[in-house]
Amino acid sequence: MRRLILGVLGWMLVWGAVVWAGEITLLGAGATFPYPLYSKWFYIYHQKTGVKVNYQSIGSGGGIRQILARTVDFGASDAPMNDEELSKAPAPILHLPMTIGAVVISYNLPGVPSGLRLTPEVLADIFLGKIKRWNDPRITEVNPGKRLPALPIVVVHRSDGSGTTYNFTYYLSRVSPEWRKRVGYGKAVRWPAGIGGKGNEGVTGYLKQLPGAIGYIELAYAYQNRLPVAAIRNRAGRFVLPTLKSISAAARTHIPPDTRVLIADTDAPDGYPISALTWILVYKEQAYGGRSYERAKALVDLLWWCVHEGQAYNESLLYARLPENVVRIDEKLICSITYRGKPIRRCK
Amino acid sequence: MGWGDPDRIFYRLCWGLSLGMVFLVIGIGITLFWGSLPSLKAFGWHFLVGRIWDPVNEKFGALPFLVGTLITSFGALILTLPFALSSGIFLAEYAPPRVADGLSTVIDLLAGIPSVIYGLWALFYLVPLVRWVEMKLGVIPFGLGLPTASLVLAVMILPYAASIIREVLRMVPHELKEAAYGLGATRWEVIRGVSIPYGLSGIVAGLLLSLGRALGETMAVTMVIGNRSEMPRSPWDLANTMASVIANEFTEASKDIHLSALIEIGLLLFLITLGVNILARIIILRLQVR
Repeated sequence: MRRLILGVLGWMLVWGAVVWAGEITLLGAGATFPYPLYSKWFYIYHQKTGVKVNYQSIGSGGGIRQILARTVDFGASDAPMNDEELSKAPAPILHLPMTIGAVVISYNLPGVPSGLRLTPEVLADIFLGKIKRWNDPRITEVNPGKRLPALPIVVVHRSDGSGTTYNFTYYLSRVSPEWRKRVGYGKAVRWPAGIGGKGNEGVTGYLKQLPGAIGYIELAYAYQNRLPVAAIRNRAGRFVLPTLKSISAAARTHIPPDTRVLIADTDAPDGYPISALTWILVYKEQAYGGRSYERAKALVDLLWWCVHEGQAYNESLLYARLPENVVRIDEKLICSITYRGKPIRRCK
Repeated sequence: MGWGDPDRIFYRLCWGLSLGMVFLVIGIGITLFWGSLPSLKAFGWHFLVGRIWDPVNEKFGALPFLVGTLITSFGALILTLPFALSSGIFLAEYAPPRVADGLSTVIDLLAGIPSVIYGLWALFYLVPLVRWVEMKLGVIPFGLGLPTASLVLAVMILPYAASIIREVLRMVPHELKEAAYGLGATRWEVIRGVSIPYGLSGIVAGLLLSLGRALGETMAVTMVIGNRSEMPRSPWDLANTMASVIANEFTEASKDIHLSALIEIGLLLFLITLGVNILARIIILRLQVR
């Protein structure tokens, strides 16, 4: 009898350990922009390894707040943490780029398909309200052979605060001193001209409905609604259409070791100039708040998978793949993650 | 008459709950005031007269939103007035009872349509219409802005105004009307000389209540007003309203002063609505004395 009880107890113990080890659930929170990609990644990762990842898309600001409060295993943000935010952190935080997004310029011009060419200066002056008609000589001179109508330009921008607006206005501030002085950049700005639409879907709606409209939206919205997109002249002087390839290429430039950089106005020769990285944020030292080694190891393995195998799922969901140089930096950063001072993943 | 008396219990329950309502209103006011303190301190009276809303440089003035809200709401009231008045009179005085009941139900149904549906309808049907009119008039044909927002608001408050006017006119005592008919008055003379003067206070109060609804409407207005945070320069211009700017910027307002300025707009909206309701009370009292 006693043997039986011991046997049952032992069996329960072993199974409990097995089940418990397989039951690690990692917690993450933050940016909404990469949410569709992350949920696909984490779904597939769960199928393959049994490790569950619970990701809440509460916005980049929320992701930064949660990782600072150490209530999640990783945060996610479309904007790098600034020095002030990093100084609030109880320990060093690493920024790991996961994918690249782009802001595309779309328009409603009867008879003009994708590929209208715009220089950064012309783009800034359109959004400043200084270029008022589509047949303005400054637009026609870079679009030889295209017949542009004498329609008035209707600028459409986001009316709600958003990371898309942040990236777009940051780009305009980089390329136009006048924009930097008169408007500046942020999630919401004082627009010199135009109509405000709520959300990507609001701007898309106005773009479809108003002849002569021009606006900025995320790549996926332009693709799904089959809206024409403009080719923007990059720093190398090439007019580049936003494609998954050219957006990926935008990050093939100098990225600092901590990856806290905005790649808008990239100097990569075939890169699309209004692109931006999106990051996952983790602590460099994983032994905090009673976390187990297994948990830290599971997180490191997940991150390693995301920047390697995970990248294969990016393009079907209209997210650009990380280029080689960024993957190398990610590898170096992931290998620098420690548990009680010892690296978790052995790297060459 | 102890505590066990159901009458007494019911009396106290009603008292308690209605007091609770009052505290709720006061509580909302205090919360809004508390939240807007940083903005009140930073901008003071300039918040009310400032024309610049610039989240980047942290300059906040609410005048454009104030003007946008007042123009669209009063515009809607003026647009809706003839329709509400005539349908109210028709249903109360002219229509045979069966027709009146059917039509009243249809009008009341209009009040139940969600505002986002009104917004979509305005976006697809009113916007092209307004753009066509604007092209004929030779102003910039956005199709969006103050006129479109006023029109959609007018449609949205029509059922409220119409059903209040109908009910008020139905309450006019039959003796009064019979007496007027007995003196040889025509139907038109009875309506003009008896029904409308008798129900005037109710009609005005009903219209002011509809105005209160127009002031706070958010979704439908956001979709068609164009969301431009500058002073409108003409009645055809794009604009923004107080409710709309809060809905747009609240979720991603990361700076404390930005958030506080948005809450102060909420406080302003609260006070204006309160003011309109108090005005309605005063008008009812004044007109009843006569």
